[in-house]
Amino acid sequence: MTSDAQRRLRLAVGLSIATALVAVAGMAAGGEGWSPARLLRDLGTADGRLLVFQIRAPRTLGAWLTGALLGLSGAAAQGLFRNPLADPYLLGSASGAVLGVVLVLAAAALGGHAISVATAHALARVGLVGAAFAGALVGVLLTLSLARGAQETMHLLLAGVVVGVLLTAASDLVTNAAPDALRGKQAFLLGSTGFLGWNSCAAMALGLAVTLPAAWRLARVLDALTLGTETAASLGLALGRLRVALVAVIALATGLAVSQAGLIAFVGLIAPHLVRRFAPARHGFTLVAGAAAGGTLLLIADVLARTLIAPQEVPVGILTALLGGGYLIWLLRKRRPA
Amino acid sequence: MISLRASEIGVSLGGARVLDGVSLELRPGWTAIVGPNGAGKSTLLRVLAGLLAPDAGEVQLEGVPLGAWSLPERARRIAWLTQQGSTTGDLTAREIVLLGRLPHLGIVASPGPADELAVDRAMEEAQCADWRDRRPQQLSGGERQRVLLARALAVEAPLLLLDEPTTHLDPPHQASLARLFRRRAAAGTAVVSVLHDLSLALVADRLVLLERGRVRAQGPTDDPALHAALVDAFEGAIRIERVAGRWAAFPHLEL
Repeated sequence: MTSDAQRRLRLAVGLSIATALVAVAGMAAGGEGWSPARLLRDLGTADGRLLVFQIRAPRTLGAWLTGALLGLSGAAAQGLFRNPLADPYLLGSASGAVLGVVLVLAAAALGGHAISVATAHALARVGLVGAAFAGALVGVLLTLSLARGAQETMHLLLAGVVVGVLLTAASDLVTNAAPDALRGKQAFLLGSTGFLGWNSCAAMALGLAVTLPAAWRLARVLDALTLGTETAASLGLALGRLRVALVAVIALATGLAVSQAGLIAFVGLIAPHLVRRFAPARHGFTLVAGAAAGGTLLLIADVLARTLIAPQEVPVGILTALLGGGYLIWLLRKRRPA
Repeated sequence: MISLRASEIGVSLGGARVLDGVSLELRPGWTAIVGPNGAGKSTLLRVLAGLLAPDAGEVQLEGVPLGAWSLPERARRIAWLTQQGSTTGDLTAREIVLLGRLPHLGIVASPGPADELAVDRAMEEAQCADWRDRRPQQLSGGERQRVLLARALAVEAPLLLLDEPTTHLDPPHQASLARLFRRRAAAGTAVVSVLHDLSLALVADRLVLLERGRVRAQGPTDDPALHAALVDAFEGAIRIERVAGRWAAFPHLEL
């Protein structure tokens, strides 16, 4: 076995063990902090089992699935943009999701005043999750249309930045008119795994079951793009179409994660980065391992968020931002020339 | 037998006319494209590879317009190596060379024995088999260039379009590259290389001299009229002499 294969195997084993351990910790983490003995006690009573299987289990699995979707879309975005620090939110999905959420939150406050009651009802019916998901997809579609497709990576990147700025301004405009929406918007921006139930898990599992194989099929396109756009085109790849497919995968995975758990920072950026650092490989491996690493990272952050200052919870997005920021500072210091 | 015919090609980039009325025909053998900086050599190669659509004129591959070919079919016939080859990912040298089989495999099929053989052969030919498991970050500029050249060779296309393939290469490796082109040309491949090293270009079978986006002269490399055009195109700053049975170009280095 080559050293590369050994590193990949070690990473896979390490991630599996870490995931299993943290998952158990997640099942045992409650309002009183983390306690394996309490988990065993809880499993012995009907109320306790309800708590474990209806609250903690879906939250634990949901956190892993959210992280996996972000890790997968981050790995795909970094390959698509040929940039190891690209973020899956770059394509306008984050700002679109925020706008969707803000619109629904504002609908209640503005119904019968600035907007008609019927419009307010229609917006409320979409729900926060639906609005965030639709907003994320609309954000990416706007980016694609502004960039006139995905033929030019730089156009796509610039269009993503422009859409991000414009949709953020639109969200601010709405919250300015309906300040009641501010609190909900703030919570969405911080991200939370606290509301993940079995329905969320089912939606995200289905999303991962669709996006992971789709991304894996496109892995060789990402490999070819490492040689540059023109060289990839000279190899017979219909890059315009294939890059739109990659953007669709990123949009779907990011949209699903964001709609269920809000804007969780840095997981999509850091997870694939860590995978490549530990076991550099072709994109086929990086995409799958990036998803697994994203799941493990968010699971760790979720358990920490629940236990650090129990019974209070730290919003998980704050923890991932701190951990991700710390990692980037470490990376920066490590690379600084002597 | 492979043939690529360009007729009256015109290209404007950023408002400047880069190519104007360029016509040439490429057949098996080694053709070197030379010319002063900014003559349009790299642009011509991109047009010939189908990577840049010309504003005027047409390129035909085996008598069929380039745009009428399916992308994989075309990619199996034309291999292209860019001038400033770079790679950003984590692929090993062998994995990079294996990408040369994409036109044959598509994005899903696994490589078979024929693909593995083509990759091994290309790496041997480009003299980069020794660092098959190393990544580009672990290679020097010349070593990386040989890996990228092997990637182009692995396509096993009957037409090779190479933009400055000798970049970063030391003289022994330039010489071995020239021998490789000769071997490939003798085996029926049309090797087309943009070269700045005129002495190396004069080892080719044919030479195309571009000047300000036009074909100034073309013909066999031992053609005296072509030599005169070369000296004139480079403003008399070179002389061409026969040394040890070969034509070679020497710059005037009066300081």
